Amino acid sequence: MSLLSAAQPDNPWFSWRYLENNPDRIVGALTEHITLTTQAVLIAALVGVPLAILGYWFRPLTAPILAGAGILYTIPALAVFAFIAPYLGVGAGTVVVPLVLYALLVIIRNTLTGLLQVPAEVRDAARGMGYGRLAQLVRIDLPLAVPGILTGLRLATVATVAMTTIGVVVGHGGLGQLILGGFRANFFRAEILTGAVLCVALGLVLDLLLLAAGRLATPWARRRAAAP
Amino acid sequence: MSGPVGQAVTWLNDPLNWTNPGGILDRLGEHLTLSAGAVALACLVAWPVGLWLGHRGVGGAPIVVLSNLTLAIPVLATLTILPLTAIGFGRPAVIVAMAIFAVPPLLATAYTGVREVDPQTRDAARGMGLSGGQLLRRVELPLAVPYLAAGFRIAAVQVVATVTLAVFVNGGGLGTIIGAGFGLGMATGGGQILAGGLLVALLALLVEAVLAVGERLVTPRPLRRDRRRRTPATT
Repeated sequence: MSLLSAAQPDNPWFSWRYLENNPDRIVGALTEHITLTTQAVLIAALVGVPLAILGYWFRPLTAPILAGAGILYTIPALAVFAFIAPYLGVGAGTVVVPLVLYALLVIIRNTLTGLLQVPAEVRDAARGMGYGRLAQLVRIDLPLAVPGILTGLRLATVATVAMTTIGVVVGHGGLGQLILGGFRANFFRAEILTGAVLCVALGLVLDLLLLAAGRLATPWARRRAAAP
Repeated sequence: MSGPVGQAVTWLNDPLNWTNPGGILDRLGEHLTLSAGAVALACLVAWPVGLWLGHRGVGGAPIVVLSNLTLAIPVLATLTILPLTAIGFGRPAVIVAMAIFAVPPLLATAYTGVREVDPQTRDAARGMGLSGGQLLRRVELPLAVPYLAAGFRIAAVQVVATVTLAVFVNGGGLGTIIGAGFGLGMATGGGQILAGGLLVALLALLVEAVLAVGERLVTPRPLRRDRRRRTPATT
């Protein structure tokens, strides 16, 4: 370490010059990162929420769905890349599939938890008022499960933002390209830290956006909190 | 049998791929050494702090913030940044990089474990004249063991899974097999990539299974059903 730093005295952790000289590379990496993350979370939500509803409607399916999600979640991300890369090749699609898989598991688990927390009295009341299964789902269960669904979306988004970096293994890691590219380019600290900081910041910004969206989607929760 | 699966079977069937220097057994050894080091380091840091915070009943919110923050940090970032700090290149940097992600689950479960102790039990112990330290050691710590075991399982499985990424900084471990396969290209390395992925996945599932049994063994019988019901809500 001391040898290295002596050989490269000018390798700061932060450098304006790096940012000024490489806007295209940085913006490109950030754009790819946002695209991959958004695609993955959107697909995962579109598949995961209906699966959770299935587990909610057909209770015998609840335990197997949750257990299956738990087992799949144990499998390392790089192993999932390894399973699909020989078939899908080394494109951006290979990155999206594992991301979808992990986000899916988080979303299913939290949506199901949210749906199962709908109070039994509320469900009974809805049935007593003559709601059918679908009407009850759309008007009663899903709105009440919004906090759970949102928690799932937020956790999945933040985790996906971090995990997208692993896409470097097939050359599509978004900001991971900066992080590992900097490491391999003779330990270029400014590039590594730029990628890392942007990645964490992106995760936090998306998390806050989703939190705000959730606030807007559940005005009654705020009203209840404001009431004495 | 041809295609990647056939290639993977062929690759796994070659005894030299297991016993060669840098073969599967070597990589497995590295993988387990790194994982054990990271989990041990994380436990050493997280358990005393978590138990003490739980004992004092403070710090619940910061622990949640810490967990959410570490979720946003890419493993790739700690793996590449730490070797360039005072820690230097080599195994210690990889171990610290992994331990960072193992701390939040260990911390949270230790804290919850102590907090979940029945207040009446705590009052009874106080009434018997136990000091704060004695209360923590003799009452709260034993009662928190099932939680500590659950946290240990979550952290250990996560570490075993993420140590795979050490390949990106030439840190060794089973991920190296996958990385080498990608280096060879899909046509020749496809089988090796698949075989490496299979080994890593099996190891993670095996660790999960073994530690789940361990967790069950240290959990007193009356608490078992209760714990299972609570697990989905906390994760």
